Amino acid sequence: MSNVSEAEVRAEVRAWLQEHWDPQMPLVEWRNLLADSGWGMPQWPKEWYGRDLPVGLVRAVEEEFAALGAVGAARTGVRLLAAATLLEHASDFIKKKFLRRIVTGEDNWCQLFSEPGSGSDLAGATTRADFDGANWIVNGQKVWTTSAHHADYGILLARTDWDAPKHDGLSFFVIAIRQPGVDVQPLKQMNGHASFNQVFFSDAMIPPEHLVGRVNEGWKVAVTTLAHERRGADGMAPPVKRGGREGRIYVEERAELEIANEPYRWYPQRAGRTDLVIERAKETGANTDPVIRQEIAKLMILSKSAEWTARRARAAQRQGRPQGPEGSLGKLAASHVARAAARVHTMITGAEAMLTGKQSPREGIIAEILVSVPAVSIAGGTDEIQRNIIAERVLELPKEPRFDIGPFRNVRRN
Amino acid sequence: MSASTEPRHEPARRIQYAFTDEQEQFRAALRRFLTDKSPTTEVRRLMATAEGYDPAVWRQLSDELALPGVHIAEKYGGAGFGMVELCIVTEELGRALLCAPYFSTAVLAANAILNAGSETQKKSLLPDLASGKRLAALAITEINGNWDPSAIELTATPEGGGYRLNGTKSYVVDGQVANLLVVAARLPASDERLAIFTLDASWPGVERRLLDSMDPTRKIARIDFRGARADLLGSVDGGARAIARTMDQAAIALANEMMGGAQVMLDSAVAYSKMRVQFGRPIGSFQAIKHKLADMLLDVELGKSAAYYAAQTAATEDREWPAMASLAKAAATETYLRTALDCIQLHGGIGFTWDNDTHLWFKRAKSSEAFLGDANYHRELLMQRWGV
Repeated sequence: MSNVSEAEVRAEVRAWLQEHWDPQMPLVEWRNLLADSGWGMPQWPKEWYGRDLPVGLVRAVEEEFAALGAVGAARTGVRLLAAATLLEHASDFIKKKFLRRIVTGEDNWCQLFSEPGSGSDLAGATTRADFDGANWIVNGQKVWTTSAHHADYGILLARTDWDAPKHDGLSFFVIAIRQPGVDVQPLKQMNGHASFNQVFFSDAMIPPEHLVGRVNEGWKVAVTTLAHERRGADGMAPPVKRGGREGRIYVEERAELEIANEPYRWYPQRAGRTDLVIERAKETGANTDPVIRQEIAKLMILSKSAEWTARRARAAQRQGRPQGPEGSLGKLAASHVARAAARVHTMITGAEAMLTGKQSPREGIIAEILVSVPAVSIAGGTDEIQRNIIAERVLELPKEPRFDIGPFRNVRRN
Repeated sequence: MSASTEPRHEPARRIQYAFTDEQEQFRAALRRFLTDKSPTTEVRRLMATAEGYDPAVWRQLSDELALPGVHIAEKYGGAGFGMVELCIVTEELGRALLCAPYFSTAVLAANAILNAGSETQKKSLLPDLASGKRLAALAITEINGNWDPSAIELTATPEGGGYRLNGTKSYVVDGQVANLLVVAARLPASDERLAIFTLDASWPGVERRLLDSMDPTRKIARIDFRGARADLLGSVDGGARAIARTMDQAAIALANEMMGGAQVMLDSAVAYSKMRVQFGRPIGSFQAIKHKLADMLLDVELGKSAAYYAAQTAATEDREWPAMASLAKAAATETYLRTALDCIQLHGGIGFTWDNDTHLWFKRAKSSEAFLGDANYHRELLMQRWGV
């Protein structure tokens, strides 16, 4: 399949869509067709709802779907991260049980990794899973779980051996969220939104066949999830679909997207909204202040340079060149941009920066920028961790001496 | 790229975010040449001379690599490449800190002639610059140190078929060795328009003085014109525009040169941090050092992105390219200086010594900071060009 040409793929998917696409079809029925044909996730293996298509050709398939306005496989939330992980590490039993319903969107998923006591140090998880002879029994707490209140299943990292070193005592599970031992609570943030949850486990149950990979080898599995997360970090929120399309299937898809997008409504503000800076400066008259002009220029230079750096990384990747340092820098650059943007927005806004809500500038958007930006340099790996990664992996500087070796039981922790 | 034999490349119509394989090969060949010809021992030897360059190396880089005319069309004796290739050259020269009258001859003077000259003038003046036979300098800025052409006061008074120049130019890079002078001047009070003139540096009424430059790898001169005879380059009508174009192209080429130097400072800081041991461990294993180096890397990559993007916009005559010239120069100015300062800092005491090479690049960063306008100047220009 790897020597198939783009033209052939386009012709094939177009013919299939012409035969099957019907905007009046119920969403799940349509997506079952996608699962059967493999066109929903064409880069997946043939035996698991895909077509073994090289990743480079997926774009062509997506374009053919878009040309007809055809709805694709469900991609909201962490379902594709979960799926990618399961495809690589899970048993056929798990793949059979879950992958189709991931593609169809019938099941929603969440990611249960971070804990109050282990943020940057993910492998320091202390949520425990103990085997009682029949099932794994889970106790502990996870946090920063997006959309857990909509989730049917979660991918869970839990400690199964306390005498092994930190990374060697973790196991990876699929856990059902809708069960008595799982309590999902919203977590209110400093900007007033509650995009995440805290999830409490008290004797929650996991059947033994829901273990992914082998016992105590869960870290390796989690690394797969994290690698996919990092690769797709820019596409965390689902793509915006154009409105105005008629048909039952679009109504159902819109409802799905609305739920999925809800946690991300403030994300544009979190990134600093550099797009608003120049028009705000003009509308407030701050564009006549020579100091503010300098600060705007500094911000825009930073923001543009970050954008071009990302484009350089993608261009190099397309040419098949080894990834250069420019590829690892996006997250840190985005932090700098967001912080600088919040500073400049404050300068431009002046005293009105003390206000919030509908009466404040841009109906509260400016205020939301100011109280949302502090998240950027923390979420998805703090700036400090990013710098460690850049220094050790890109610049190949020697590692810090470690203090978390030996049996995890004896490692100092929160 | 053997510049003289390869077919002429049409300028790419779209912005490219990656260099082509040919451009990478060209860069690699250039880097090998410069590693060989411009080790810091040579930089130190040449920077102590008044001429500031080695004529034998200049001849080689002209004959073997056709560098002075890399961006000049073949019909004017050049290699027929464009702004992107020119900026690859300046980036590599900035990296090697090559002491040679390249920026003055190829970037400033040749571009001024390309931008302002008539067809006849280009055909008569450019081949000698492209072949490296003749050195040239562009005189724009005056004692006031203002890089804005509107500050030009030196006058060009019509006389007979030509003009007489009166006034003083300063900060003329390589002005002491140039044979051809390209001078921006203002017509007398009744007109006041700007135009560009050329004259031979040896003609009467030209008096040159080498200034003590803090960066000894970039020689600068002050030139007095006392009724020196000069020829108008092109037309008076096109003068101001040609000056502006030349300055913007130079800002982009300089930004790329600066990023070549900034990369050296980063590489040097990283290498030293891996080697230097204190408290029983390489200093590069301390987070305080790691984080600084990670920030330096980010800074350098961002600056390179701006410099490369600006070169692409100029090569494709993108509508935004003059704004991008200011953006790239402002970015490179901050980045090069910060990276050089951090490189000294990471070296500790040794970094402040004359024997350590870091100061060579630091001084280039310093002189580049002011050269063609500092970061504040270009940020303000960027805002104006964006209509803010």
